[in-house]
Amino acid sequence: MLDLNLIWFILLAVLLAGYIILDGFDLGVGILHPIARTDQQRRVVINAIGPLWDGNEVWLVTFGGALFAAFPEAYACIFSGFYMAFILLLFALIFRAVSLEFRSKLSSRVWRVFWDWSFFASSLVAALLFGVAAGNVLQGLPLNERGDYVGGFIELLNPYAILVGLMTASMFAMHGAIYLYLKTDGELQDRLNTWMWRTFGIFLVMYILTTMYTLVNIPLATANFKQYPWAAVVVVLTVLAIANIPRCIHWCRPGWAFLSSCATLAAFVFLFAMALFPNLVTNSTPDISSLTIYNAASSPKTLWIMFIFAIFGMPFVLAYTVVIYWTFRGKVQLGDFSY
Amino acid sequence: MDVVLLSRLQFAITIMFHYLFPPLTIGMGIVLVYLEANYLRTKDPLYETAARFWTKIFALNFAIGVATGIVMEFQFGTNWSPYSRFVGDVFGSPLAAEGIFAFFLESGFLAVLVFGWDRVSPRMHFFSTIMVALGSIFSSIWIVIANSWQQTPAGHHVVQMTRDGRPWFIDSQPVLRAEILNFWEVVFNPSTMHRLVHVWIGCFIMGAFFVMSISAYYLLRNRHVEFARRSFTGALLLGAISSVAILVSGHFQANNVYETQPAKLAAFEGHYQTGAGDLNIIGWPDDESQQVKFKLAVPGGLSMMLHGESKAEIAGLDRFRPVDRPPVLIPFMSYHLMVAFGMFFIAITILSVLLLVIGKLYRQRWLLAVFVIAVVPAVLANQFGWVAAEVGRQPWIVHPPVQWQESGELVVGADGYVQYEPNQGLRTADAVSTNVEGWKIVFSIVGFSLIYLLLAAIWLFVLNDKIHQGPEPVGVDRKKGGAQGLMQAAASLASHTGSMTETHE
Repeated sequence: MLDLNLIWFILLAVLLAGYIILDGFDLGVGILHPIARTDQQRRVVINAIGPLWDGNEVWLVTFGGALFAAFPEAYACIFSGFYMAFILLLFALIFRAVSLEFRSKLSSRVWRVFWDWSFFASSLVAALLFGVAAGNVLQGLPLNERGDYVGGFIELLNPYAILVGLMTASMFAMHGAIYLYLKTDGELQDRLNTWMWRTFGIFLVMYILTTMYTLVNIPLATANFKQYPWAAVVVVLTVLAIANIPRCIHWCRPGWAFLSSCATLAAFVFLFAMALFPNLVTNSTPDISSLTIYNAASSPKTLWIMFIFAIFGMPFVLAYTVVIYWTFRGKVQLGDFSY
Repeated sequence: MDVVLLSRLQFAITIMFHYLFPPLTIGMGIVLVYLEANYLRTKDPLYETAARFWTKIFALNFAIGVATGIVMEFQFGTNWSPYSRFVGDVFGSPLAAEGIFAFFLESGFLAVLVFGWDRVSPRMHFFSTIMVALGSIFSSIWIVIANSWQQTPAGHHVVQMTRDGRPWFIDSQPVLRAEILNFWEVVFNPSTMHRLVHVWIGCFIMGAFFVMSISAYYLLRNRHVEFARRSFTGALLLGAISSVAILVSGHFQANNVYETQPAKLAAFEGHYQTGAGDLNIIGWPDDESQQVKFKLAVPGGLSMMLHGESKAEIAGLDRFRPVDRPPVLIPFMSYHLMVAFGMFFIAITILSVLLLVIGKLYRQRWLLAVFVIAVVPAVLANQFGWVAAEVGRQPWIVHPPVQWQESGELVVGADGYVQYEPNQGLRTADAVSTNVEGWKIVFSIVGFSLIYLLLAAIWLFVLNDKIHQGPEPVGVDRKKGGAQGLMQAAASLASHTGSMTETHE
């Protein structure tokens, strides 16, 4: 039954997946940045994402705007409920942006080292926060009758959420490592080969721990999979995508490794969406309804108008995104205009 | 802790810092398109040098604009969740459209604009520059539409929400929200076009004065003279036309504000008592005595501006219940400062254009010095305009409509006051997130303030550094010498009144 509410649930998942895949490697590059030893290498790492990070971040802005427009009750609940987390996320994203922009503008060593660490820390914090948010949403949140989150801030830093945060950070680091491998050559690329394996290993461990914890202790996350057995297909595809990464690295096909990594990230977003469906925020308070794609939604007219926007707008966006990525294909070349 | 005041303070701080950057992006975007078009047309290397220089500064501004812009989108949800629920159906769509149609365009092609000089053909690069300029203008369209809907809502109705198929009550109160009826009426609500035009021209002024400030500095220091003259001339034309145009736009907009938000206009002008209105040039509104002290005014001037005759009755703040009135001091002062600066811009740009025509502009060092500093009032005028608009809109976050009689008077109730229909608007005090404690907002205010102070300092520092470095001539074009280079240099003298033999003035 494909109605506008379901369509928008899917479109939001697509926007979120787009953001995670694209800014995932931006944040991963930031997390890995300290492995670059010389100033030259650090500039290469930064310029691997230099032209692209800004456009990638727009996927988050558009996801937020679309969530606001399509499901304002959910937007209001999540953003006000996770107030501190969102404020910290904003601080992190601001620092990430200005670290990239300012770092190479002056030649002072102190200046550059400061912004290098800022780039690393802000990328890491952002990645952790995304995971912590997802981990909390998967467990369900206590909401009152109006749909306001009535839990505290410290409750959000529970073991499961922190585990999901660590998994997300390691996932982005792996994704960023593979991306950097593709964009670099020479000594830096050789070291990145090691780091691809390392980050994959850490991610694999985090993935297994998180999956086990989810299966054992987070009933809300697995309920849908029991109810709709066909959803197991996505789980199988996720495992295959993850398994393909080391296979591709081993057989020296880093391009395919990167695609598998992209597929893995997309699969996690779809697993997340399927675990939530049909809720946007599951209420852990008994007797009060959850925020669903029906009761948290805007009017059908708004959903229709937004759908028209998406139909017209997104093909253009995809087209010129491809053109722009194509323009910056290949290894990083430092020039007059690089960061 | 007054969470309403704290959230308003945070919004004010974050938006005022953010608004330093998009107008520069819009204004400089136009400058970049102009410079690159001329380069493609004339192949004069100086245009390319100029374009590359201004692009570096553009990129710096753009990055901070993006970083501070996300803060705004998230803030509707974090601090204003009841507002988001009430208006999301209507207000959310322009914001989503801003992402889909504008942000992707400008941020995407920014990659080619800033990093792609040596990677793509000049034509493709020029196309990218146009896309970035267009993207920034598109984004201003959507956000001004959204804000204008807050000021003069239209194209919607306010309905009770349903939950589980039944009308939704909480504590016996119906849960209400605005729902869209007609998309085009939302977009073209009564104030959109006035405000959009006014905002654009304000951005052009800010961009023009920014370029003129830097160019004038170079001229005073006798550096990069040819580059500076060309930049200054282009920006001066943009600045002069915009300064005059914004006066006209402002006049029509003030009329529009009087029709749709008369309490706001009364606050702007310090018009406490209904009756013929004086046009205050300066003054100090005093709420206690309900009059403007130390005033210097044109008698009947306000009535003249709004109705064409000096004795016409203008609705005063006394037509509104005290709880429905906006504060007066801040809107009055910011509005008057904005207008004062606007007059100053007209004066110096027109004077400069006249001097340029007779060939004496670049000799007036005092005037160039004024332009170095004039970027500050250009920024302030833009900020004060917004302060006036948003503080003057209080106590509303969605301003309800007012009704006028045929006679030109407001429709009032038995108590002599305008009866706003309670559900047609939303008060700011009712729009604040109820589950966000004061200490959290203090934390975020302090955090943003410190970070933004740091960013401002660094931005100015790096900007200063880039300005001192100055434009770098594009390497390959230095080889163009001989007669051809000479002819190009001759043709490049902007006003054609300068002399080939006179290098310094």
